Amino acid sequence: MHASTETLSIREAPALAKVREMVMGCMQCGTCSASCPNAFAMDYTPRQLWRLLLLGQEQEVLGSKTIYLCSSCYTCTVRCPRGLPLTEAMHALKRLAWERLPQTRSRAAFYQAFVEHIRIYGRVQESALMARYFAKSRDPRLPLSFTAAGLRLLRKGKLHVPDASHKGMLKRVVDAAMPKEGRT
Amino acid sequence: MKYAYFPGCSLMESAKEYDFSTKVVMELLDGKLRDIPDWGCCGATAVESVSRELALSLAARNLAIAEKALPGIDVLAPCSACYLNLRRVQEELPKDRELMQSVNKILSVEDLVYSGSVSVRHLLDVLENDIGYERLGAHVQRDLSNLTVAPYTGCQVLRPYRVFDDPERPQVLAKILKTMGVNVHPWGHSSRCCGASLLANHRAVGLEAVRSILEAAQGADCIVTVCPMCQMNLELYQGTLGLRIPVLYLPQLMGIAYGFSSDFMRLDENLSIPSTFLESMTPGIHAENFNNRPEGR
Repeated sequence: MHASTETLSIREAPALAKVREMVMGCMQCGTCSASCPNAFAMDYTPRQLWRLLLLGQEQEVLGSKTIYLCSSCYTCTVRCPRGLPLTEAMHALKRLAWERLPQTRSRAAFYQAFVEHIRIYGRVQESALMARYFAKSRDPRLPLSFTAAGLRLLRKGKLHVPDASHKGMLKRVVDAAMPKEGRT
Repeated sequence: MKYAYFPGCSLMESAKEYDFSTKVVMELLDGKLRDIPDWGCCGATAVESVSRELALSLAARNLAIAEKALPGIDVLAPCSACYLNLRRVQEELPKDRELMQSVNKILSVEDLVYSGSVSVRHLLDVLENDIGYERLGAHVQRDLSNLTVAPYTGCQVLRPYRVFDDPERPQVLAKILKTMGVNVHPWGHSSRCCGASLLANHRAVGLEAVRSILEAAQGADCIVTVCPMCQMNLELYQGTLGLRIPVLYLPQLMGIAYGFSSDFMRLDENLSIPSTFLESMTPGIHAENFNNRPEGR
């Protein structure tokens, strides 16, 4: 039974196999959705997402906003009665979406900017990181939306010119861990 | 008690007051902090969304340096995200030989090896289990019984690894606060997510998380937290939400209880501390009363 579904999954979504394995034990109890502080804003609730994933619906899963609305609070992970690594699965789906759905890459602008930034500076320099994120997002409204917050931080002396003293410190590790095409 | 200190990036930038107050309080409690040389970013939450191997390698790199430069002592990480990333390496790598090997292959570009010998501790864990409530209480010099504090532990110091506190109903922060002599605000939001980086890339959603916490904290005089990201999120958007409440780092409040002035504990560097709150803290016993205080600013 379910041979057709299985065949479909294997043919259309081999990249999903590993993540699917992580949530294979999902019994659709909905504890994750009920626990998620951000479920109200998601297009698919976490429970729905796991179901779609098990059905091999790659486009729906990787194209969903849900994976970017996970704030990594791990509440679903500690509450899952099956002990599934759900937060980890969300991270894995973000990585897959970058790889498999190039048209959604702008959603990962912050994460990509972060990796580029630490590859250069070794440590996070908050102002420079945000500048890189703004440039990557290519959305002129984004920096504007940070004006008020930026001014408050500036007044408190919390915005700093990037400090170059640890420049390049992580470059070798970043380059060794990530194949060139994985970087941007 | 010696610790290999991992402040993390935030404590060098927007959360300098957390770094400073941690050093003040730990020194007073005879905790010796040794800097991990050339530590780098732990990967925060963002790197795992790009590469799991890189995220693990960045954290393992810091532990490998600590094992080499400061052998035999625990790593102390006050930032929740740093704590989780470093802790994940400790929890996951030793039980997965293949993963351990691939991370060590990456670290070999710097001639580093992570062996799994080092233990990663959060500030709350160290305060409760190494220092202990008796010694924490013995240093209290100022009566703060008119202060009601909402203990906000956040997420990543508690989850997913159950190490020293309940991941959903944390008790340790509240117990430390009671030991400082303050009243604890009764609420159910101590481990609720602050929205984390949603405030940077999905502001409207993140704001709902912040609103829910700030609303639940109304009635308390301040919120006390142990995470630089929680502190920033809870403070920075109070104007937007029309909800005001000071948000202090735990060691800042401990310093106040121990008799240091609010100036010395750098309360003026937090974004949301009104002058009335500062006035209620002074006059007090000043930092000069202590001979072995760490370097001031």
